[in-house]
Amino acid sequence: MMNDNVTIPVDVAPVEIAQERGAPETAQREVVFDVRDLGVHYGSTTAISGVNLEIYRNLITAMIGPSGCGKSTFIRCLNRMNDLVPSARVTGNLMYRGQDIYGEGVDPVAVRRQIGMVFQRPNPFPKSIYDNVAWGPRVLGLKKRLDERVEKALRGAALWEEVKDRLKRSALSLSGGQQQRLCIARAIAIEPDVLLLDEPASALDPIATAAIEELMHDLKRDYTIVIVTHNMQQAARVADMTAFFSLEVDESHRSGVLVEYDNTDRLFTNPSDKRTEDYVTGRFG
Amino acid sequence: MAAATPQVSLRATGSLRRRRIVNKIMEGVGTAAALLAVAVLVVVTVSVAVRAAPALSWDFLTQPPNLFGGPGGGISSAIIGSALIVGMATALALPVGVLIAIYLTEFAPRAVAAPIQLALDVLNGLPTIVVGIFVYGILVIGHLQSAYAGAVALSIVMLPLVSRAAQETLLLVPSALREASLALGVSRWRTVVGVILPTTFGGIMTGAVLAVARAAGETAPLLFTCSIFSPDVSTDVTKALPNIPVLIFTYSEQPDPALHEQAWGAALVLMVFVLVASLGAKALLARSRRKLGR
Repeated sequence: MMNDNVTIPVDVAPVEIAQERGAPETAQREVVFDVRDLGVHYGSTTAISGVNLEIYRNLITAMIGPSGCGKSTFIRCLNRMNDLVPSARVTGNLMYRGQDIYGEGVDPVAVRRQIGMVFQRPNPFPKSIYDNVAWGPRVLGLKKRLDERVEKALRGAALWEEVKDRLKRSALSLSGGQQQRLCIARAIAIEPDVLLLDEPASALDPIATAAIEELMHDLKRDYTIVIVTHNMQQAARVADMTAFFSLEVDESHRSGVLVEYDNTDRLFTNPSDKRTEDYVTGRFG
Repeated sequence: MAAATPQVSLRATGSLRRRRIVNKIMEGVGTAAALLAVAVLVVVTVSVAVRAAPALSWDFLTQPPNLFGGPGGGISSAIIGSALIVGMATALALPVGVLIAIYLTEFAPRAVAAPIQLALDVLNGLPTIVVGIFVYGILVIGHLQSAYAGAVALSIVMLPLVSRAAQETLLLVPSALREASLALGVSRWRTVVGVILPTTFGGIMTGAVLAVARAAGETAPLLFTCSIFSPDVSTDVTKALPNIPVLIFTYSEQPDPALHEQAWGAALVLMVFVLVASLGAKALLARSRRKLGR
């Protein structure tokens, strides 16, 4: 069953992949993120505006769309990584389990403790494999049975068998795909609630990509996953829900907007918006 | 019948020829300038070494100066004094310099960082004799000269060097590493201590070693703060301690030719120290680069 998702059919249309996936029942699912009229501005330019969507627990939600449409900007709001950009300003409402993420008195450090992130390029620390995973728990005071925790995280990221004999070696000695799985292990070692993946496979070869995708299916049992990808086939293969972002251009402004958000099957096979249809059928983008 | 295309000469003629000659001349001038720098170093080193040779011996390094002047005796007290003064100066300048660099690269908004940066650059350009007078004014007048006053003066000289070098290394750390740590729900300061400083340790130490090498040879700040001393070996930092730069200065003013030789000998000791320190710094830097994967 799991293996069906591992081989990467390069020339299969996303529609066909998506059709094989059942629609998730979202009605009874817990809402993790409730996004209302979200906008992000850098200085006087608007990156995204008017985004409304709900992200459900233990589902994989994919953000797709052309480059520059603000999907990365959006995902970086969810754990306040945009705070690191001095000119960034966020408007609207972003509720995480009933709490406003940008509310007064909310500490971004506490937000990121719950909502972990894996980045586009693998970015392991220049430390040993073991220390890469153990560092987070150590700093956050989760020192009890650290070895067990590290092993569990590495198993969770499907990396344990490959590195168990060389935990003391530098993480930089690993291949790109292994480094990315190490980054996932590092993120799940502190047992967050949500995992944000910002184009996690874009710097990887197809085999490493397949490994990451298979891993996501396993991870969604324990985590709510939000993934940004520019690869429609990937979204169709892994995501339960898919959001299509696009760039809206009027006279002087250009900003990213959420065009359509639906379960992956419907978004790919029966999109309600013409722009979505053009994009998923490859007529645009 | 295709018309024959006009033949374009591929040889350098006319203005191209002139440009080529100018190019060759400038290349030659540039090379000469680079060689000149090396030549100056070689000439200085050789002339100091030749003149220092008669004074050099094991006793020269291990014995205190001969109390009654004349031949014999060494500079051990000055070596110890210099080591103490520069050591204290480093202990003052290194932590403060590194903290400044961390603040500027990791925390300060740009509007605040720029003026601080400017202040550091000005401090770096401050004539060292001015630093000497300043410390003389606040720590020596009303008290006496002392090794710690000398150390304070040297630390002011070292501070911008340490800070600048640390800053440059910190800027080399890819922002992806910062993000990786922050995304784990780790605070900024823990990110600095746990990820950024270990990554940049080699580079920061390189800057520190170069600053130490520079401070070890500084004379002007010590003339005001630590130049009237008894020649004996002492480790009492509340009193002025003998030190190499001031020793070179005073010995070279003496009529006794044996002391001139000793001044050259002390100069050679200083130069060898600076050379070794610079090579060590280079090795540290190479190690640090490897760690950053560059």
